[in-house]
Amino acid sequence: MAVVTTSKKACAVNPLKMSQPIGGAFAFMGLREAMPLLHGSQGCTSFGLTLFVRHFKEAVPLQTTAMTEVTTVLGGYENLEQAILNIFLRAKPKIIGICSTGVTETNGDDVDAYIKLIRDKHPQLARLPLVFVSTPDFKDAFQDGWEKAVSRMVEVLVDTPAVEALRDPARVNVLPGCHLTPGDLDELRIILEDFGLQPSFLPDLAASLDGHVPDEFTPTTIGGIGVDEVAVMAGAGWTIAIGSQMRRAAEAMQAKTGVPFRLFERLSGLLPSDEFIAFLSEISGRPVPTKYRRQRGQLADAMLDTHFHIGGRRLAIGAEPDLLFDLSSMLHDMGVQVIAAVTTTRSTVLERVPTDEVRIGDLEDLEELAKSKGCDLLITHSHGRQAAARLKIPFYRAGFPMFDRLGAGHHKSVGYRGTRDLIFAIANLVIEDREQNHGPTPDTWRISNLPSAACRRSFKDRTERPIA
Amino acid sequence: MSSLPATVRDIFNEPGCAQNRSKLENERRKGCTKQLQPGSAAGGCAFDGAKIALQPFTDVAHLVHGPISCEGNSWDNRGSVSSGSDLWRTGFTTDMNETDVVFGGEKRLFKAIKQIVDKCDPPAIFVYQTCVPAMIGDDIGAVCKAATRKFGKPVIPVNSPGFVGSKNLGNKLAGEALLEHVIGTQEPDYTTPYDINLIGEYNLSGELWQVKPLFDELGIRILSCISGDGKFREVASSHRARAAMMVCSRSMINVARKMRERYEIPFFEGSFYGIQDSSDSLREIARLLVERGAPGHMIERTEAVIAREEALARAAIEPYKPRFKGKKALLITGGVKSWSIVAALQEAGLELVGTSVKKSTKEDKERIRELTGQDAHMIEDMPPREMYKILKDAKADIMLSGGKSQFVALKAAMPWLDINQERCHAYMGYLGMIKLVEEIDRSLFNPMWKQLRRPAPWIEPARAIGQMHSPAAASISDPAIDKTERRAKKICVCNTVDLGTIEDAIYSHGLTSVEAVRQHTNAIGGCCKRRIEDILQSSPPPVLQAAE
Repeated sequence: MAVVTTSKKACAVNPLKMSQPIGGAFAFMGLREAMPLLHGSQGCTSFGLTLFVRHFKEAVPLQTTAMTEVTTVLGGYENLEQAILNIFLRAKPKIIGICSTGVTETNGDDVDAYIKLIRDKHPQLARLPLVFVSTPDFKDAFQDGWEKAVSRMVEVLVDTPAVEALRDPARVNVLPGCHLTPGDLDELRIILEDFGLQPSFLPDLAASLDGHVPDEFTPTTIGGIGVDEVAVMAGAGWTIAIGSQMRRAAEAMQAKTGVPFRLFERLSGLLPSDEFIAFLSEISGRPVPTKYRRQRGQLADAMLDTHFHIGGRRLAIGAEPDLLFDLSSMLHDMGVQVIAAVTTTRSTVLERVPTDEVRIGDLEDLEELAKSKGCDLLITHSHGRQAAARLKIPFYRAGFPMFDRLGAGHHKSVGYRGTRDLIFAIANLVIEDREQNHGPTPDTWRISNLPSAACRRSFKDRTERPIA
Repeated sequence: MSSLPATVRDIFNEPGCAQNRSKLENERRKGCTKQLQPGSAAGGCAFDGAKIALQPFTDVAHLVHGPISCEGNSWDNRGSVSSGSDLWRTGFTTDMNETDVVFGGEKRLFKAIKQIVDKCDPPAIFVYQTCVPAMIGDDIGAVCKAATRKFGKPVIPVNSPGFVGSKNLGNKLAGEALLEHVIGTQEPDYTTPYDINLIGEYNLSGELWQVKPLFDELGIRILSCISGDGKFREVASSHRARAAMMVCSRSMINVARKMRERYEIPFFEGSFYGIQDSSDSLREIARLLVERGAPGHMIERTEAVIAREEALARAAIEPYKPRFKGKKALLITGGVKSWSIVAALQEAGLELVGTSVKKSTKEDKERIRELTGQDAHMIEDMPPREMYKILKDAKADIMLSGGKSQFVALKAAMPWLDINQERCHAYMGYLGMIKLVEEIDRSLFNPMWKQLRRPAPWIEPARAIGQMHSPAAASISDPAIDKTERRAKKICVCNTVDLGTIEDAIYSHGLTSVEAVRQHTNAIGGCCKRRIEDILQSSPPPVLQAAE
């Protein structure tokens, strides 16, 4: 049981957190031919846009209502109206997802009412879905924005089925949390299809941000789940929600359509994958394909090979709640001690992170904890690079943003295969660090060297001999 | 402290800006940027601009007063480099929450400043105002004043809420903050007749260090660079410089102009992109310094350095010229770069298809006209779809632009080079010019392009033919005459339809059968049936290979 504490500093130093509006906008990027729109000043969009582009190395559609000083005082109705009309004319999207920001929330813009007015005034917009999510950035964090946006999509875009409507047991709705990468979604799709199931992902980032070269230029998202496909989600046999953040959307789905759901709080690691595979076998009525029996064996073997290197490591991890819970639990299962854990926002899973304390704070908190408690492995997003350099400990990049390395969208951590690749990557990092920074010298075991923290660590390393 | 609206008005009235002077009074007040279009606006806000302009001051703490969006989404993303302190890379923000919005964030801000003083003790703290605290009425000016008094160190308010305008306005607001609170507040340890200021140079990827050795060799001291690799003390004592060079006129002309008025520091606008511009800038600096009392031999020494460097650079570029012959570049950037890079490209023997002038001044445009000899190359505003088309149709062989439009080029499978702020390479001075040419070469002649542009094996032959016959491929295969002749050949003799018409129809509609061709053209499909079948099936002409 972890105790959840909150940092009491007046000044956040090296933020771990990113804002809620761009978390919401991110969710809309998983819809086909969509245009996410931030209702705020230009910078709100521009910062988010840069962040996404640097992470995915992809063109990212994201627009702004470009609030100015005057319109901020007078209210943003006209800006919203103009923005919607402009986007409708120029980009011809199938859906516009609108997220509010600190500026327009402080101002008190009633966007739902605005949308009604805009629809009355412009009949040409009648068939264009406009989904609004309230996401003030002085509250909550990235993950919350995603959570709210997906819930709203379910509430607004999914059709209520007729009472006698039949459900197709082969069809499955998947509601993935924002901690899953396009690579993860691809992996899940393969697994589900191998059981003869037809998954619909809401949202589906795998089709829009998986990094491919499209045939044509498009100003909107280049892939994702279509609005029409979302509408018929009521016809699925099951809803699978991944990450505790998706409970809300799954419940909304059940309330609206009656489709039962199963929530998987984590999908990295042997046991969670077993549970997942067993569930799929159960709902599909099919035996587990040979492929997964083999993959399970491979993961088991990978765990055997890597535990020498990962086991006993003292982990400092900073991530959004679901990713934090997923990775730290998986590594805990591998014998890692979770020493320092920092997250961005509240969540029910935090208490179950296998550590003593989870702090809602920033990267300075994480760095200080890691330093004082002698951690020797750091996992967080790319912003942790400065801390890792100062701490001189191996650094594994996980989560969003990952702007200083390539292939962020294709990282995998779900299922047997994803877990296998992930633990190999981390173990290799540890081995490399040992080779480069902790090789023995004639003085390594001298008594006079022992008391300092740095040497205690290197002493410990010596006892963990690398196996060939 | 003057009010923000007054400052903004003042900036829009900038007399140092030639473009501004040519406008009518009421137009001038609206400022340089177009009115923002909701739903089709791009680029950063005023806060973004202010932060960009000041963040390269490396030894100060940059504290952003606002909700998490403003700093949490953007920190640690600049390519500036420091020769000393790393403090500027630390993200500080008050991360305002709901309670602060309701009860005001001033107390939190003051505590945040104290926390920074206690922990880092920097020579100064820059405090940035953002939208939300501006709306709820947090007076950062007053808080900074109180903090300055209490902690005995400069705490400088940068009044730059995002909604007051564009990134460019933010650059200037940052300049105003420097003029009001920093410049002239300290004295240098000593001065020399060779002290200069660089204004609007941000040391991206260490570019400043590409030209600094030349300054060192000439004995010229950069008293202050605003703000690349800058230190607080340097900028605070920059009013003792003898001359100044304004590197990016769009960002900080107000600083250069006001420093001339207040401290009589003459300035000129120059660039270190391209051989000619680098030489001109060095000459101008030497001239200004001599004018302000430096010994006359400065000029000769400068000429000697220029002659040596130019010879070296030209010799290094020479081997690339034949390789670049006939290659065309599309340049999407702004301001000074719209012409200085043009000059650089021309020196390397590349042709220019177009350069964007959206952010350029009248002088900038005049220079482009001088360099290219016509207006046709100037692009006012080009939507991404248009850029994509130019590249896809291979009217340009390479695009040079900022990071945001990179995918327009890359997704068209065309070479692209980053010449904006996030770039990894330094392109300044003579060395930078050589580097730029090397990079263009590396990009243009990467064997990868050939593979990428091949259609996948499963794409049906008709479509492949279409692509081969597209204007895209055709325009690169040089013998245009040959093409016209070939296309003029009559296929359907009875109804006089030529090969070109049929090819176009096949391409634009993706046709696969004679029947379909008949529907889209006048061809009857009687006498010419066999011939149309042949066209549909004919193996693609070798234009693609010719393109590489």
